[in-house]
Amino acid sequence: MNETITQFLNSRFPDSLLPQRDINTNLLFFSIRKEKLPDVVLALKEELGFHFLNDLTSVDWLGKREPRFEVLYLLRSPKHGHFRVQLRVPVGEGESVPSLSNIFPAANWPEREVFDLMGIPFSGHPRMERLIMPDNFVGHPLRKDYPLEGPGQDYLIEDLLTIHVKEDITE
Amino acid sequence: MVMYEKTAEHFGQKFKDLPEGHLLVNLGPSHPATHGILQNVIQIDGERVVDTESVIGYVHRCFEKLGERYDYNQFLVCTDRMNYVSTPLNNIGWILTVEKMMQIQVPDRVTYVRMIISELSRIMDHIICNGIMGVDLGAFSGLLHLFHHRENIYQILEKLTGARLTTTFCRVGGMERDIYPEFQSEIKIILKGLKPALDEFEELLIRNKIFNERTKGIGGISAERAIAYGFSGPNLRAAGVPWDVRKDDPYMFYDQVNFDIPVGEDGSALDRTLVRMEEMRQSMRIIEQLIDGIPEGPYHADVPHAFLPPKDRVYNNMEELIYHFKIIMHGVKVPPGEYYHATEAANGELGFYVVSEGEKSPWRVHVRRPCFWYYQAFPEMVKGGLLADTIATMSSLNVIAGELDC
Repeated sequence: MNETITQFLNSRFPDSLLPQRDINTNLLFFSIRKEKLPDVVLALKEELGFHFLNDLTSVDWLGKREPRFEVLYLLRSPKHGHFRVQLRVPVGEGESVPSLSNIFPAANWPEREVFDLMGIPFSGHPRMERLIMPDNFVGHPLRKDYPLEGPGQDYLIEDLLTIHVKEDITE
Repeated sequence: MVMYEKTAEHFGQKFKDLPEGHLLVNLGPSHPATHGILQNVIQIDGERVVDTESVIGYVHRCFEKLGERYDYNQFLVCTDRMNYVSTPLNNIGWILTVEKMMQIQVPDRVTYVRMIISELSRIMDHIICNGIMGVDLGAFSGLLHLFHHRENIYQILEKLTGARLTTTFCRVGGMERDIYPEFQSEIKIILKGLKPALDEFEELLIRNKIFNERTKGIGGISAERAIAYGFSGPNLRAAGVPWDVRKDDPYMFYDQVNFDIPVGEDGSALDRTLVRMEEMRQSMRIIEQLIDGIPEGPYHADVPHAFLPPKDRVYNNMEELIYHFKIIMHGVKVPPGEYYHATEAANGELGFYVVSEGEKSPWRVHVRRPCFWYYQAFPEMVKGGLLADTIATMSSLNVIAGELDC
């Protein structure tokens, strides 16, 4: 199965595949240019039977890799013994990814979730709004540089503790 | 700090051209029939549902962010709080992922007990789903009838793990502790009582005319649409697709036990209930095959770098003392890599996607929780039906808010 998909993608989309780095993983994966993502997914769905969008998520590689984000798609093919293949789409800060919601209706909410929590917009999505956090929430909490104490606080919890301790002593 | 809550007025933009006689109804956020804190804004014309809008996020606790702060054993506590109706299934899904990443082979005894606990949890979850569905439709006695048996399973879990709801059952490389001596005999007694109870429940509730007419053909979804929406588990099987992670992508010893996959016809609320009924029987069948054959041996693998060594060795042995210190202070060491592991939880495919950079905590944890994918199909499933049918549809989907928002 690995060879079939590799050959298929290499022959059909030679210019969409990006060079891959070596990852210790249990999935077969391909790095894809983000402009070509809908074409690749549609071809995998129509011709190789990857009908099932199994998972859609994103990773923030802040300070580790360039470009900063990666959107990960996991497709499953019931025709080929439920084989799973992963598509990795590198995205930079401020860039958007084409939406898959017209290919898979299932992609609607996960894409909104990625937008909400990671701040990666999807172009062509019918309703690109926050899904989980309230609409007036500031920032995207799953980013690595999101302040864990919440926005608007310029002190750390440790500082707060020491302030209280000092107050106790002086009293 | 401004408290923010979405109301029907908020959706004025979406429903702005409300025709004469149409109403906006707020179902939830906190309503007995919403199975947790989630909200549906439903546009109705008389009794007919014209359009709905679902709002989630009221119980979002940022588990994925917590996973980046905690170490691998600590995150186990978070998995308890996801599907709080069948916690051991979440625990086992997470621990199996970490063990696969660390390439730890656990003894057969551990796998046997994990499987038995998994199937007991599945029964527990389905009892709640089918029972509460009856309550939502006005039949209370069905839940009461089965709740006694659910309580029995809770008592087993309480004896085994020390907790009823937040079991935190497994550890990387084994179990929290060994099973107690009466474990097998007590489960056999429970199964003996559960079998007739399920039959009685079926006669009491599912053959009931009112229940039947309120669920038959209600909230149906076709097989193609269910696949397109990423359905899995009982809700997908009710639509007629025989997919089960236990059969298709076997983990533990599921490829060595005999069980059937029940399949429905039209994916309606009644089909989903019937599939869950049959799944409980199949779970009992799996437990019966395993319960007598639990092998003797240790309850953890011999991996001192991952599982806390026994106390007598810690006190008398320098190596073990160092391992003990390392696990407590720095957590288990997972090699760099990315891993996706799927298990069949009570609601469907529960997948953990873990990105490790070889540090104490994962770089990124993502949970593929089954409820999240069902609920986005909810507007399509209830459109054109009656307002009362939305309750039947939602109950039969088994939406659990803790899993939906994560």
